[in-house]
Amino acid sequence: MSRAALLVLADGRFPAGGHAHSGGAEAAVKAGRITDAATLEEFCRGRLHTAGLVAGALAAAAALGADPGELDAAADARTPSPALRTAARRLGRQLLRAARSTWPSSELDALAREFPKGAHQPVVLGLAARAAGLGPEDAAHCAAYESVSGPATATVRLLSLDPFDATGALARLAPELDRVADRAVAAARRVRAEGADALPAASGPLLEVGAEWHAAWPVRLFAS
Amino acid sequence: MDGVTATGIRAHARIVARADGRGGTALPVLEGEGPLAPRRTRSSGSEAKVMLVGAMSGPLGGDRFTLGVRVEEGARLHVGSAAATLALPGQAEGEARYDVRLDVADGGELHWMPEQLISAEGSELYVTTRVEAGAGARLVLREEQVLGRVGERPGRLTSRLTVRAGGRTVLDQELACGLGAPGGWDGPAVLAGHRAVGQLVVVRPEFAERPVEARALGACAAVVPLAGPAALVSAVAPDALRLRRLLDEALTGLG
Repeated sequence: MSRAALLVLADGRFPAGGHAHSGGAEAAVKAGRITDAATLEEFCRGRLHTAGLVAGALAAAAALGADPGELDAAADARTPSPALRTAARRLGRQLLRAARSTWPSSELDALAREFPKGAHQPVVLGLAARAAGLGPEDAAHCAAYESVSGPATATVRLLSLDPFDATGALARLAPELDRVADRAVAAARRVRAEGADALPAASGPLLEVGAEWHAAWPVRLFAS
Repeated sequence: MDGVTATGIRAHARIVARADGRGGTALPVLEGEGPLAPRRTRSSGSEAKVMLVGAMSGPLGGDRFTLGVRVEEGARLHVGSAAATLALPGQAEGEARYDVRLDVADGGELHWMPEQLISAEGSELYVTTRVEAGAGARLVLREEQVLGRVGERPGRLTSRLTVRAGGRTVLDQELACGLGAPGGWDGPAVLAGHRAVGQLVVVRPEFAERPVEARALGACAAVVPLAGPAALVSAVAPDALRLRRLLDEALTGLG
């Protein structure tokens, strides 16, 4: 594996469209649930252990070569909010475009044919990692990190939060992020024998409910 | 029941609902033991009604309860409970488990409407609910969790709900909260200080063609179409009463 390839894939400037999404932070800010660096950190911690764990496991399973169609259906079942399903597919389609051009691979081509409207982003992320010569641990770390870096960056814009404070929150979450990635990989390794039911299904009710509330606003800064 | 042992109580209950051929629903199997006692109550029309009566308190630490319900083709069953289920700490080591398995055949209908599950301070419970709904099956399932009795800190509660309808998994969700749960469970992404959380799953074959429209009911509840012939209402609320009101209103709204 190449450590540098991981940096390319995980780089916030990788042209995959993630910057347009707040990971639920915009809804939480408007509801008065994120007000400062401390509440941002708690939001990110909750997202990491729910959506982040699930995304990490999906990405790791895809990187291990599990059937993308089965993983995509598992992602649907773990994403009751249609606004979030749509966002995940849109992000998946954008990531697939960038990944195919960066790391051409027949598996990525096949995924594009199977999901013309886009597959769930973590599934694409896992296959992109695979195409880049990376392993399940890398894919899980990438997905788990994205689950918290997106809201942190968005909150800097939404609340004019000091970027040093937002980055500090991410750094404090790093040890937990490592543990979540480990759990995600362990679950992903069980998929071959047990099927997609072995994937974690951790959920945050307010992430799902907030996404639908957010989708109904006439004006918003972020797409989700 | 294997009796009360150092490892807690093991109890099993089973209900089978079958069309009786005269437009009603028979219950050829209605059995339970210890803390799980299903009783038939007055039926209305073609629907049989069963009430789960808590004959003991529990589940306590180390207990293991399983409950299986099967609704056969053309049968209609409504299951409620006489009181809330209270998860309490026990003398036995380890968490309690409560596994519910609901099977609804094609053309069968189940209303699974138990009262709340309350997680008392110091308790540890892992509850799973697994639904298998055949093509053409109808289901209304309500699940409500209350974290702690009034003024009390919650125990540890992990609840997984998996619904398969028409051959695919349409919902798979696990919520972990309380002391010792993964971090952030009471933060702005998960519960944000709310002490009651609930879900209502409605499976109807016609949802495959005409899914419900996604709708937020304020910042604390939403009605959404699932990826299949099913709809979900998700809600958090400060307490059990307000949660029930949200879920009832949403169910009425589904028609």
